[in-house]
Amino acid sequence: MRYLPLTKNNRAEMLKVIGVSNVDELFKDVPAQAMRKELADLPPFKSELDVERSMQAYASKNRAAGAGPFFLGAGIYNHHIPASVDYIIQRSEFLTAYTPYQPEIAQGTLQVIFEFQSMIAQLTGQDIANASMYDGATSTAEAALMAMRLTGRKKIVLGTALNPQYRDVLKSYLWNFDDAELAEGMPDDQTACVIVQSPDFFGTPHSYADFKAQCDAVGAKLVVVITEIVSLGMLPPPAEADIVCGEAQSIGLPMSFGGPHLGFFACKEEYLRQMPGRLCGQTNDVDAKPGFVLTLSTREQHIRREKATSNICTNQGLCALAFTVHMALLGESGFKNLAQLNHERACALADALEAAGFEIENKNFFNEFVVNLKIPAADAIKKMTQKNIIGGYALDGNRLLLCATEMTKDEDIASLVEVLS
Amino acid sequence: MTPNIIEQYTKDHEWVKIENGDTAVVGITEYAQHALGDLVYVELPKLGAQYKKGAYFAVVESVKTAAEVYTPVSGEVVAVNDALAQDAELLKDTANGWIVKIKITDQAELDGLMDKAQYDEFVKTLG
Repeated sequence: MRYLPLTKNNRAEMLKVIGVSNVDELFKDVPAQAMRKELADLPPFKSELDVERSMQAYASKNRAAGAGPFFLGAGIYNHHIPASVDYIIQRSEFLTAYTPYQPEIAQGTLQVIFEFQSMIAQLTGQDIANASMYDGATSTAEAALMAMRLTGRKKIVLGTALNPQYRDVLKSYLWNFDDAELAEGMPDDQTACVIVQSPDFFGTPHSYADFKAQCDAVGAKLVVVITEIVSLGMLPPPAEADIVCGEAQSIGLPMSFGGPHLGFFACKEEYLRQMPGRLCGQTNDVDAKPGFVLTLSTREQHIRREKATSNICTNQGLCALAFTVHMALLGESGFKNLAQLNHERACALADALEAAGFEIENKNFFNEFVVNLKIPAADAIKKMTQKNIIGGYALDGNRLLLCATEMTKDEDIASLVEVLS
Repeated sequence: MTPNIIEQYTKDHEWVKIENGDTAVVGITEYAQHALGDLVYVELPKLGAQYKKGAYFAVVESVKTAAEVYTPVSGEVVAVNDALAQDAELLKDTANGWIVKIKITDQAELDGLMDKAQYDEFVKTLG
């Protein structure tokens, strides 16, 4: 499609037809207090070169993750993405492929989705997985809604160490569901599900195998959230859970500014028809050759309308592709090695901090933990920023959440400890 | 003598047979079966569940759509045809294709139902 801008005459003609004298009049219904004043100060036009310079100036205000030591995690993780991943996902067959409703022309895309689902199911120890969700937080909200459908109950119990942003998204999703209730504490016979995280927001891994019996005793579903999927290269899969959901950004996707990321969603097979989102299945065509198709679409919004399992009608196709490509390149042993490397770097960081006299809160951790400082964590982060170190996530008081990955170098650790000491 | 089985119909294309005077046996009509096409799954209610007249208690899923099945009477589910979970096409079997049996709480709710002749006329108006 060619872009043909309007002339002054075109514009005047159109305004005359609809009976207004200028474009601003079209916005007169917007309340004055809602109009951004600074919009009026925007220049009407600038040259391409000027725009590039302005954008570059804005971009350089940001401190890119790769431009120095980086210890921030808390739900989004700084990992290496091999150049081969970006090269493969930019193949036009993958990059431009639209929703694969026509299996006869979308076998490549469908096969990738099927493999993505298989990988997620295997990693999480669950029977089935869907084609992906928007991100970890919305995936968790969908898990809560699914548990409400399965149990006919309205109470969602949240673990105290669930990522606070996930908690906020749950609030947003549930606020207009009649009498849906977010609670803390132990599950009871009114509880639809309990949502817990591993490794939790403070970095401590948990097994919920014993806790599952307590959920079963009152008929509540157990939802395990995972925000650092690399941890599954070392930790046993949460096979005890009814639903495992979370964020898979760590494999193949840049942190960007919080998205686009990759929500995943896996569960037991008995919940198949209450599962939200798109599903790809394997079948045989008329010539008895194996092939892939979207399946069980009758759960979805374009068919079941307001009674659909979810308003999700799509998946994070390209992001799921990046994950699948990276995971395939790593292989099982590569993935385990990556997890091992992450843990080793985090141990090196913890050892260096302990040697400098700091106390680590966690008894166990994967690649993230809480350190107690001698000054408020927020102040420490400011101090580190002045030394070009992105120094983690400030918790309450002197508690600082730090993360190390395969990207963390020995000299990064040394400079962090030096500034903190 | 009053026969103990009377077949009646709803505008939502459910058929209702009254058993022992107080239990409604519910299935979906041939018209509904034909409109849905090949049936793949029936989502069944739980035994003991309570429904108000007009609420949906089951979902019939075909290769092209999914449709709710509404109860013509208020009451408790006293039997569920579990065989449907394995074979949705069984719905098309006149003798064995029932979905649930519901214990009727208000006999007056049966008054609005159509008999066979009325239902056949109604279906004709749908074209």
